[in-house]
Amino acid sequence: MYAFAYHKPRSLAEAGELLASHDEARLLAGGMTLLPALKQRLAAPTDLVDLGGLADLVGITVSDSEIAIGAMTTHAAVTRNDAVATKIPALATLAGGIGDPQVRHRGTIGGSICNADPAADYPAGVVALGATIVTDRREIAADDFFTGMFETALEPGEIVRQVRFPIPEAAGYAKFPNPASRYAVVGVFVAKTAGGVRVAVTGAGPSVFRIPAMESALAANFSPDSVTGISVPEGELNNDPHATAAYRAHLIGVMARRAVASARNTSEGEN
Amino acid sequence: MVDSVKVAFSVNGKAVTAEVEPRTLLVTFLREHLGLTGTHVGCDTSQCGACCVHLDGRSVKSCTILTAQADGAAITTIEGLGTPENLHPMQQAFNENHGLQCGFCTPGMIMSATDFAARNPDPAEHEVREWLEGNICRCTGYHNIVKSVQAGARAMAQG
Repeated sequence: MYAFAYHKPRSLAEAGELLASHDEARLLAGGMTLLPALKQRLAAPTDLVDLGGLADLVGITVSDSEIAIGAMTTHAAVTRNDAVATKIPALATLAGGIGDPQVRHRGTIGGSICNADPAADYPAGVVALGATIVTDRREIAADDFFTGMFETALEPGEIVRQVRFPIPEAAGYAKFPNPASRYAVVGVFVAKTAGGVRVAVTGAGPSVFRIPAMESALAANFSPDSVTGISVPEGELNNDPHATAAYRAHLIGVMARRAVASARNTSEGEN
Repeated sequence: MVDSVKVAFSVNGKAVTAEVEPRTLLVTFLREHLGLTGTHVGCDTSQCGACCVHLDGRSVKSCTILTAQADGAAITTIEGLGTPENLHPMQQAFNENHGLQCGFCTPGMIMSATDFAARNPDPAEHEVREWLEGNICRCTGYHNIVKSVQAGARAMAQG
């Protein structure tokens, strides 16, 4: 690891000032991705601004229509939260399947979505549920947030405060994890929302994406069989040592069916 | 450019204050500054879990935390659990169930297992196996580790 200076701001405003006053500063959330990158010297910030002292960014609040999760809330806190488990169980499943227990004790939702790893789990849930990302200066719709591989719509120095998830009628998440890392080779999140059915895929392409053909088929009939035969062109998918593009194309169909099946089971269970 | 960072936390119940370089990892501080070499560095990539310690009661991988991030926390390492004369119930269970061979992964296994057992007094085999996702053992094939964790969890619940 290269040397850096360490800052622990006591307010969001102070964090913003620290970012603005150091050209090569980076925010540190849970550190589950950034610290390994520093150790491998893949990144060399001059300054780390640790958000760990900002209690305002931690916690889960629930209303009738949505669940708001603070950016520094850990995956373990999300998966163990009663309201999440009751109102959006698929999101609890997603958070509980990230990495391993020790990683989930440190890793955060804000860190995950800002890093925008193409194989991260959270982007699928954020996009499929039509979440809103609240920053220190504006609100960004999930569909506009993820702009490419490790790229987001965030401006330099912009800090995510919270992610607000509308509570869906039903939702399911299924992923085929890499057996070593537990990153998604393919993960599909399906949500039946007030605004229609949304299907978001992570792991398969350079960035999370939706499948409109599956969404309209599921809107007509919310059943696993509805997505059978709907495929994504292989040419748009990742082809790497973990899986070929053809295999990923196949997995998208399988994971989509499993996600719909789990969503149906969950909603029937509640009724 | 690089300052030092002052930290104050407790390690195994004792207050510790120090001034460290910001890039000092927690595992480095525990091993090289405090001499607590029971916490091991295995993969150094947050995969293997040999470096597990408790931070405010939750198991974490100390190879992937800066010492500065632990400021104000209560840290427990394997040295804080039991002594050779008076083993912690989880250590005793690993001993009785032959839950180790070379022993390198064992401190991390036990720190992970005690965190788990504190909330799961009588875990099923599959629950233990799922929990141990973040702890890698290259000797045992895990069967006896799983037995050890189940026995240790029950022993901890009985106090």
